[in-house]
Amino acid sequence: MSHGNINNITARLNAARRVAIFGGTHGNEMSGVTLVNLWMQNSAEIQRRGVEIQPFITNPKAVEKCVRYVDTDLNRAFTQENLSVTGGDELPYEVQRAQEINRMFGPKGSADAYDVIFDLHNTTSNMGCTLILESSKDAFNLQMMNYIKKAFAPASCLVLLNEHPLLKYSTSRSVAKHPVGLEVGPQPQGVLRSNIFEAMRVILKHALDFIELFNEGMEFPACSVEVFRVLERMDYPRDANGNIIAMVHPNLQDCDWEPLNPGDPMFQTFDGKSIHYQGPSTVYPTFINEAAYYEKQQAFVTTRRENLLASAIRKA
Amino acid sequence: MQVDEPLLLPRLSRVAVCGGTHGNELSGVYLVQEMMKTQKGGEDREPASVSMLLSNPRAMQHCRRYVDIDLNRCFTHATLNGPISERAPYEIIRARELNAMLGPKGSRAAVDLVCDLHNTTANMGLCFIAYSDCDWICLHIFKYLQKQMPNMPMRFIHFDIPNKESYSLDSIGKHGFAMEIGPQPHGCVKSNIYTAMKEGVQHMLDWAGYFNSGCVFEGGSVEVFTLVKNIDYPREGGTHNITATIHPYLQDRDFCLLHPGDPLFQTFSGETLLYKGKEPLYPFFINECAYYEKGIALSLARKKTVTIPSIWVQTEKEEEQSFTSEEEE
Repeated sequence: MSHGNINNITARLNAARRVAIFGGTHGNEMSGVTLVNLWMQNSAEIQRRGVEIQPFITNPKAVEKCVRYVDTDLNRAFTQENLSVTGGDELPYEVQRAQEINRMFGPKGSADAYDVIFDLHNTTSNMGCTLILESSKDAFNLQMMNYIKKAFAPASCLVLLNEHPLLKYSTSRSVAKHPVGLEVGPQPQGVLRSNIFEAMRVILKHALDFIELFNEGMEFPACSVEVFRVLERMDYPRDANGNIIAMVHPNLQDCDWEPLNPGDPMFQTFDGKSIHYQGPSTVYPTFINEAAYYEKQQAFVTTRRENLLASAIRKA
Repeated sequence: MQVDEPLLLPRLSRVAVCGGTHGNELSGVYLVQEMMKTQKGGEDREPASVSMLLSNPRAMQHCRRYVDIDLNRCFTHATLNGPISERAPYEIIRARELNAMLGPKGSRAAVDLVCDLHNTTANMGLCFIAYSDCDWICLHIFKYLQKQMPNMPMRFIHFDIPNKESYSLDSIGKHGFAMEIGPQPHGCVKSNIYTAMKEGVQHMLDWAGYFNSGCVFEGGSVEVFTLVKNIDYPREGGTHNITATIHPYLQDRDFCLLHPGDPLFQTFSGETLLYKGKEPLYPFFINECAYYEKGIALSLARKKTVTIPSIWVQTEKEEEQSFTSEEEE
């Protein structure tokens, strides 16, 4: 975990010249769909000097039907296997789409890939504004997130780090060199709430400002960024047939990012009994009661608070 | 002082509680499943028989509102009885099945009471939705629930639609209403919402039991919200896409009086659009997800007070006599 004495080293990074903003990766997460459609019609708000910024609807069929996905979850579809498999029209719609997106904005892992992709999401969980980081070693992203958090303050914007070898998944944004997830909630699927919409808009504004400043040569000194690192996925209690037999406990509902201590109530059965958290230490749950995760066997994820050190960065 | 004689009404011999009419409104789904577990079949729960039903199992399986078309619009007389093709939408076929099980609608064989369980993304608390503002059974049940659940915001909504045009599942029973509870996202169950629904259904069944046993329920008054109109989102001419959201001032303020000149929508460019009606009205179903496709951003109602009479169950002899005199007519 040690980065050595990074305080003395300024990382020289390439300017971010090609940036994309993805909306509609899940077709019923309305803030991103609406913002991207708006910006495709009129991009004035998202233009910045020295960088090409492309708004893009990733899953148009799902958007049209106002569903999360048509055949399979696009935001899990960008595996190496899916990106290289042949089959054309026979492939599930989202796998075809993933290949198309990889051609346009990737190829994933190559020097030609887009520099930054922002992927806009909503959640039914009470997560507020959350930035999702896929690598603790991405100094550019860490510095951007630090900038956004400070610019957005006193309103809260937290960082979720998902680097877990098993729970990490192949997102649409992972095609880029620097993938950034934006998750804002709570908002029901299919609904557009003005406060959620505006919050996402403001966060994106700060993110694009950062990119412009970076590209113009501003140095960002070394900093410490608080993140919540994903530890474990907790499923609902189920019966022998796999049916859910309990709900998120009223004491836990809407308490994203608040400490969950061993012994605290976690679930409530349909006939009113409490089930308690049995883990060894305090954790910070999030994605509590996300509607889309019932089918993914996830009632919430647990996280641990950490401070990551980001080295100073400057354009090369 | 003359005390009014209670109005005599037939007993509620058969009650149906339906969940999953919309497959992604999960409180009702889980509640009916739970009640089915603890109850063995449609047992006689003295003195009424209670049936639990999952109305739209295919939609539930996919966690969608519906498969082909909205089941809760399929219960008009025309849809239930008209000609039907082999390739009819799933929900039309299912509506006819439900009508055979619980109805037929409009006939003497229909169940006495249908309670259809729903959730909404709108901040509506617990609402009864009924076609009549003078169905004393429904109004008394509502009044009873208000008394038993004083901390629950509760409203009675009246859709002034004549019986021959009524379209929802609850219209199959001789008496019926939808129990609508929010806010809850579709596809999710929130424990506080589930618990409120569970309590509401329990109290309703208790009431039916007391009524059937001969309790007199004192009359009184009930506030009723009658639907006046719906307002759609502002939309773009060509694409029909919405161009504004519910204004932050109005969001979540269901049943707070909306005055002419109050903020209604906020456009994506930040402009406020005001309510231009002439009359202050009560908004509800504010930002209900499922209504975007129906062209409804919010509904508006007028409030009035309805006086309800005392009621008492009719004895079997009195019921027979009233059937006889009905037939003679």
